[in-house]
Amino acid sequence: MIFAYDFMRNAFVASGIVALVAGAVGYFLVLRGQTFAGHALSHVGFAGATGAVLIGLPPLAGLAGFTLMAGIGIGLLGDRLSGRDVAIGMVLSLSLGFGLLFLHFYTSFATQATAVLFGNVLAVDRETLWMLGGLGAICLAALAAVSRPLIFASLQAEIAEAKGVSPRLIAVLFLAVVAIAVAESSQIVGVLLVFTLMVGPAAAAQRLTGRLWLGVALSVALALIDAWGGLTLAFYTDWPTSFWITALSGLVYFAALLKA
Amino acid sequence: MTAIACDRVSLALGGRTILADVSLEIAEGEFVGVLGSNGSGKTTLMRAILGVIPTSGGSIRVFETSVRRGNPMIGYAPQVRSPVAHSRLRGWDFVASVVDGHRWGLPWRGTAGRKDIDRALALVDATSLAQRPISELSGGERQRLLIAQALVGAPKLLLLDEPLISLDPPRQQAVIDMVRDIAGKLALTVLFSAHEINPLLGALDRVLYLGNTHAALGSVDQVITSPVLSRLYGADIEVIRLRGRIFVMSRGHDLERDAHQHEHNHVH
Repeated sequence: MIFAYDFMRNAFVASGIVALVAGAVGYFLVLRGQTFAGHALSHVGFAGATGAVLIGLPPLAGLAGFTLMAGIGIGLLGDRLSGRDVAIGMVLSLSLGFGLLFLHFYTSFATQATAVLFGNVLAVDRETLWMLGGLGAICLAALAAVSRPLIFASLQAEIAEAKGVSPRLIAVLFLAVVAIAVAESSQIVGVLLVFTLMVGPAAAAQRLTGRLWLGVALSVALALIDAWGGLTLAFYTDWPTSFWITALSGLVYFAALLKA
Repeated sequence: MTAIACDRVSLALGGRTILADVSLEIAEGEFVGVLGSNGSGKTTLMRAILGVIPTSGGSIRVFETSVRRGNPMIGYAPQVRSPVAHSRLRGWDFVASVVDGHRWGLPWRGTAGRKDIDRALALVDATSLAQRPISELSGGERQRLLIAQALVGAPKLLLLDEPLISLDPPRQQAVIDMVRDIAGKLALTVLFSAHEINPLLGALDRVLYLGNTHAALGSVDQVITSPVLSRLYGADIEVIRLRGRIFVMSRGHDLERDAHQHEHNHVH
């Protein structure tokens, strides 16, 4: 009976697509130790999403556009960015500040802000579903295309460089993929909780298995469990979906910590 | 055949001259110990041979062809860095990432690729080791995986950058013996950099000592001498031989020992 409602069916399909993308991309994000970059991108996305709403575009378009630009920027800066916690932190707050300003000019301030910050998967319509599907397909195809040199450069940067791989190019391409995954994830859990889908399942998977591809599969499976389990629990308790997804993601991660 | 030929090579890094006008030839099958203080250019020279760093003058030829990035004739093991050491990935995937790692797409390795990985792991006796997470391995075990990775693809020249770092003397000896053994079996040329000459004395054919933008290549007796090292260090150096060991001293300090100590503090 949970599937009797159109909005629930949409929500299940949407979170399924996003879990697939976030689980797979997140695995490599954790492998490369770049989880902070994922977090930063989601904040930049907030300004993009609210700005898009203000000029009458779908929030997802603004989100994806902004995160993509920021992802490529971070990739190009590369090593020069490492250790610049203050600079990154300032850009984060600046983005949130601009997002707030854009919301200020938009009339239905509160609902829109909550949706962007904490997600609103139950409000996903057909059009958004198609966008999620399209962006997700592009994201996974791009990830597959770069996966071989990406793994090489992530595990053994100096050797990869000696073999003719450009670590800079790989970093830019990968962060572009991450940017799309972040934009997708914020549709489900909001920009503030992107970590829960992109990092939680991936980090748990890496604690549970040392095999690379098994780890990717496990990460996707855990993300699916978090997302669909969260939706189901939200349906029966009437508590927010994003709360349940973070609760499940946290539970799985800390259980994996205890086991390993 | 000549494995490495440097013809009046100069190397610079960030405006600083590392090597100036160095010419040398290393024959195929030689085991060469590369020594010198920190910053003397051991790593830079290896990266130039790999084609990662361009020469600022002169030319380097590897097996009688010009250097180029991605030369399959060269296997390379850089210094172990900490990020990988904390990875929970198993060693097998770490070694496997090198197989055609420069190609785009999904990493299908095929039967030949997988056989090559298993062959390289067997050579360093790490077949069962490779099933464990890297973070659970000791420094010596990680070093074996790094050397296995360098052996993938059947190279003819091995560049090993400080494989003895942070290993205790018995493990240092085990790594040297293993490399010597593999190099003999597969007729490989080896450049093996280290802080201290003593562990390598029994294994190396010749020494390449770098310092003060100069290089000296020759037998231990030719290179580890007071005049040669004084030129390389730009200071008065005394060479003391004691019970089969060599001490390189400057004003009463053991230079190689100091360098090693410094690196230890640096790493941990």
